[in-house]
Amino acid sequence: MKTDEPGVPGPEPAVAAAEPAAAALAVAGGEIGRASLWDDAWRDLRRRWVFWASAVFLALVAVMAAVPRLFTSKGVNEGCDPNSAKLGPSGGHWFGTDLAGCDYYAHVVHGARPTLLIGVAVTLFAFAIALVFGMLAGYYGGLLDALVARITDVFFGLPFVLGATVILVAFPSHGVGAMTLVLVLLGWTTMIRIMRGQVISVRDADYVQAARLLGASDARIMARHILPNALAPVIVVATLNVGNVIAGEATLDFLGVGLQYPQVSWGLQLNQAKDAFVDHPHLLVFPAVLLSATVLSFLMLGDAVRDALDPKLR
Amino acid sequence: MWRYVLRRLLQAVPVFIGTTLLIYAMVFALPGDPIQALAGDKPIPENVLQTLRERYNLNDPLLVQYGKYMWGLLQGNLGENYTGQKVSEMLSGRWTVTAQLAVTAWLFELALGLLLGVWAGLRRGRLADTLVLGGTTLLIAVPVFVLGYTAQILLGLHWKVFPTAGTDDGWPMSYLLPGMVLGSLGLSYVARLTRTSLAENLRADYVRTANAKGLSRARVVGRHALRNSLIPVVTYLGVDFGSLMGGAVVTEGIFNLPGIGQQVFQSIQLKEGPVVVGAVTVLVLIFLLVNLLVDLLYGFLDPRIRYE
Repeated sequence: MKTDEPGVPGPEPAVAAAEPAAAALAVAGGEIGRASLWDDAWRDLRRRWVFWASAVFLALVAVMAAVPRLFTSKGVNEGCDPNSAKLGPSGGHWFGTDLAGCDYYAHVVHGARPTLLIGVAVTLFAFAIALVFGMLAGYYGGLLDALVARITDVFFGLPFVLGATVILVAFPSHGVGAMTLVLVLLGWTTMIRIMRGQVISVRDADYVQAARLLGASDARIMARHILPNALAPVIVVATLNVGNVIAGEATLDFLGVGLQYPQVSWGLQLNQAKDAFVDHPHLLVFPAVLLSATVLSFLMLGDAVRDALDPKLR
Repeated sequence: MWRYVLRRLLQAVPVFIGTTLLIYAMVFALPGDPIQALAGDKPIPENVLQTLRERYNLNDPLLVQYGKYMWGLLQGNLGENYTGQKVSEMLSGRWTVTAQLAVTAWLFELALGLLLGVWAGLRRGRLADTLVLGGTTLLIAVPVFVLGYTAQILLGLHWKVFPTAGTDDGWPMSYLLPGMVLGSLGLSYVARLTRTSLAENLRADYVRTANAKGLSRARVVGRHALRNSLIPVVTYLGVDFGSLMGGAVVTEGIFNLPGIGQQVFQSIQLKEGPVVVGAVTVLVLIFLLVNLLVDLLYGFLDPRIRYE
């Protein structure tokens, strides 16, 4: 019985052969020419249509979040006419109208900002926590490491939706700030675990020992030698995390414990319309498609970056 | 082996205490006086208020309250609600619903996830692989409540393949559609983990050795490559069982299943602290126990792993 494993189709074998060499160079701390891991990853990314498709879509959503007026002339609750509530899509209202007779398209456009803002802010905070404490815990080990690991375990065991609901009910008002805080509190554990694991696997490498023998300070070893070599998987998870946070935030909005009425977000729109889905499916379709497409773009971006950074997984 | 189990159990104790204390403190911080909430806007006589506060230990500092609660828990007592109902009684009927739902979802993701993962892993880079990767990414991206409503409207209401909501048809019929919706996320992760892990292991030396020995393809894949590939999958399935038990709030809501998630969600809003703490404590216990079981399974899957 023959194995058909080596038969990987297409141009991949050549790439796969070139990448580990470059990656090995990068791991060894060398910067020969421009053959760092990051340069190689970028060269690889540029050739992927998945990367460009998600990047272009996310750029579009980002513009929508930054300057919604480019897409619609209407404000959030402007020009609502209760007499024309729950209309299907038409020339006048591209996405139809909602329960209060407001233009659904304008709502969906304005919903991009809180959604994207929370997704990115939560990930940045969690990333910063992971970077600092994951690095310190992994590098110094001992009591600090044990403490960080146990606290991570404690938060990791909390059920997400129930934990978030308990905190959110305790907050008097749920603005974007409160939502960000809650999602950071319940979502910081994934990245710090990966960061800590990476630092531990790198900290005893030969080049770190060499730097220490040459008299480099702990701070310098961490910043110049360990950090660049431990960062790649954390960045991948961070990209994927933006999508997960957005989905989580939408879930809380949908349950009615997240953002509240005068604010707009895709999850909140779905919450307000949930009793009318059966007869007016457009109320479900438009926010849901935008929400899913945004999450999907972050996931595909993360996948593409991972494939580019780690040729072994191909 | 037993020393390992004992050590792991001892390690789980601080995590258990930390998590429950955290939940207890968070519930304690809920605004509003739960006793006053019983009477709504009407005033409560001072002596009644004091008696009730005394009975529920509300006058003690947080740590003392928590200590008394834990002491009761050790004796198998989950405490009682502010209206005098026993928490264990309030939750007992609901555990069956949640457990049936979680098991359905878990079996679904286990069976279909492994199947899709093996299929894609054996055909890496080909159409099957692309289909599985694309399909699972899409499933991960669609939020569970969107998936739930879409499935309910299409499969339940329009095509009448499954019951729309409620538990009238019993297990498994009433739980099939909610189980699939709840398990869709896990299904995607299981399929992707299996696929990547299997595809990597198929290149390993021991697979080449097995092939060279002339073993059948089925045996090489099934007994050698797949068994070794299952470690990350089993880890995920273990962690996920815990989150299926606790994360079913949305699915239970959409399909109107009276489970633990719904009860806790309502209790949080009614400020019924004892119910929330009781249910979450049990959930955390399940989570920790399943994780221990998973760690013990590693040795069975990969004989190189020894417990000391």
